[in-house]
Amino acid sequence: MKILTGNELKTGDVVWWTGYNWSRHVSDAIEVGENVDQIIAREIAARTVNDCYTIDAERTESGILPEHIKEKIRATGPTVRPDLKIAPPDPAAGNWVI
Amino acid sequence: MYKYDNYDQKMVDTRVEEFRDQVERRIAGKITEQQFTPLRLKNGLYLQLHAYMLRVAIPYGTLNGEQMRMLAHIARKYDRDYGHFTTRQNIQYNWIKLEEAPDLLADLASVEMHAIQTSGNCIRNISSDQFAGAAADEVVDPRPYAELLRQWSSFHPEFNYLPRKFKFAVIASDEDRAAMRLHDIGIQIVKDGWDKVGARFYAGGGMGRTPMIAPLIRDFVPIEELISYSEAILRVYNRYGRRDNKYKARIKILVHEMGAEKFIEEVEAEFAHLQGQNIDAPAAELDRIIAHFDDPAYETGLSNDIDRSDPDFAVWLDQNVDAHKQPGYAIATISLKPLGGIPGDASSAQIDIMADLAEQYSFDECRVTHSQNIVLPHVRKADLYALWQRLDEAGLASPNLDLISDIIACPGLDYCSLANARSIPLAQKIAKRFADIDRQKELGELKLKISGCINACGHHHAGHIGILGVDRKGTENYQLLLGGSGAQDVSLAKITGPGFTEDGIVDAIETVTDVYVAARQDGERFVDTYRRLGMDPFKEALYG
Repeated sequence: MKILTGNELKTGDVVWWTGYNWSRHVSDAIEVGENVDQIIAREIAARTVNDCYTIDAERTESGILPEHIKEKIRATGPTVRPDLKIAPPDPAAGNWVI
Repeated sequence: MYKYDNYDQKMVDTRVEEFRDQVERRIAGKITEQQFTPLRLKNGLYLQLHAYMLRVAIPYGTLNGEQMRMLAHIARKYDRDYGHFTTRQNIQYNWIKLEEAPDLLADLASVEMHAIQTSGNCIRNISSDQFAGAAADEVVDPRPYAELLRQWSSFHPEFNYLPRKFKFAVIASDEDRAAMRLHDIGIQIVKDGWDKVGARFYAGGGMGRTPMIAPLIRDFVPIEELISYSEAILRVYNRYGRRDNKYKARIKILVHEMGAEKFIEEVEAEFAHLQGQNIDAPAAELDRIIAHFDDPAYETGLSNDIDRSDPDFAVWLDQNVDAHKQPGYAIATISLKPLGGIPGDASSAQIDIMADLAEQYSFDECRVTHSQNIVLPHVRKADLYALWQRLDEAGLASPNLDLISDIIACPGLDYCSLANARSIPLAQKIAKRFADIDRQKELGELKLKISGCINACGHHHAGHIGILGVDRKGTENYQLLLGGSGAQDVSLAKITGPGFTEDGIVDAIETVTDVYVAARQDGERFVDTYRRLGMDPFKEALYG
């Protein structure tokens, strides 16, 4: 499945498309369909994000997870600074890439 | 230390307000992201894996206490309470908000600092020897010449859109503590037989995906022609450097493809053309700059005796303290490589403490090293014990300088959008594996350097042991390299063979150090044994 991600323009924070707005939690992401190009064009024009793109993800018991390690780290924060992690609903999520 | 004149300050202040306007226009939608990106990069503001990242320039790695304290303030106010000292003597902040960046830059400008030209295809921060002005082995202090180059290269209109980024290093001793020959231009300040100061130029070095050691371009350029000779090299590069392929655009490729002899011919022709055009700084201007770097007011008649009765202090003293040119003084290096820590990271509280210590013990001066440590360059030997106690209380007294746990590591995949693999966890695991300081000292000088991708910010080619992280079908994998050096015995490390997993690479490091311990002869460092024996015994132990 594909999900949509970007960085918020003003803060640079990593955000995920929820279907109607952006969330800092990947667990809120939804699968995007054929209209993704329209969403990207609209959101960039609205200047909520500075850029956005789709990535591969998978649906697991604990929710949606990016497939590639780089996006997993983007979703959770640096693996070496657990104090800076974005707390996802899955308490084991911080161990995805360890 | 150099102090801005009104012109310097005006340039930096004007740039802050220009960038403030650019940020406001971007947020208001008056310019697109495509238009804005090169503008923010020109001000050192990247978009990294998690957020905007700001790289702040620290010219030739030199700071005073007030500037250091400002770095702590920025970490606290605009970031997440820490900063990362880099392999080019700069500092990076990982969690900057675009909307706050102009205020941050204004705060920096208030202490004569900026982030200009820390990104983009221009001349970047000039790096130098962290012991400059204090080292017993230098012919002169190299920093006035680095400062002159900084002024020449800042906003130089001709070199604002080079084929690719461009890095200088300037040293003034035979011992190379700045990886000088692995820069686009490496300059060694020397004296000729008549005690006249000049510059020995190397050009076309670099790391990255095509590592090269810079060949000698000219043995002696009179110091008053430092700028015109630099300009001649830059002009040749700007004219002939490739712009069709980003990966072949650095000057090292031009020098390699053109051949050093032909390159020198082109540079000499351009240099001859530039002579008589008065582009060099007047002698009075160079004298003005040199005066900023006068020796501090050293006390004379100080004792060289140091009380070594505290054994923990003695270990730190032996490892982290170097000889100073002035009797009664020493150079102290603060390791930013605590056991289990992140190489180069320091909290705002630690940065504040280092600022206090610089003011109290080192004539208000400190330095950032390309090995991601901090130097207090002018400490009275009588103060070393008190200094060490303060460092120890702050978790800054790791006695591991130049040992296996003094690891250079790039931010890697934990922070960097270019990285393929993480570097920091590896550094932490290796440091823990070799945690016993006696074991580290038994291994002796061993420079271990880790990069999370082929761009080589972690200098893996220059490590006695280097590690390169790669992406192998979506999984982190690590190649092992041996035999590199960024010092005066400069060499490029070679890959041992197939890569290793994250745990496997830690075991592999132990394997190659075991080979070294078993085979070394008296006085040999790891790299010496490797050079004597070659790769075979190490490969045999690693792969069977």
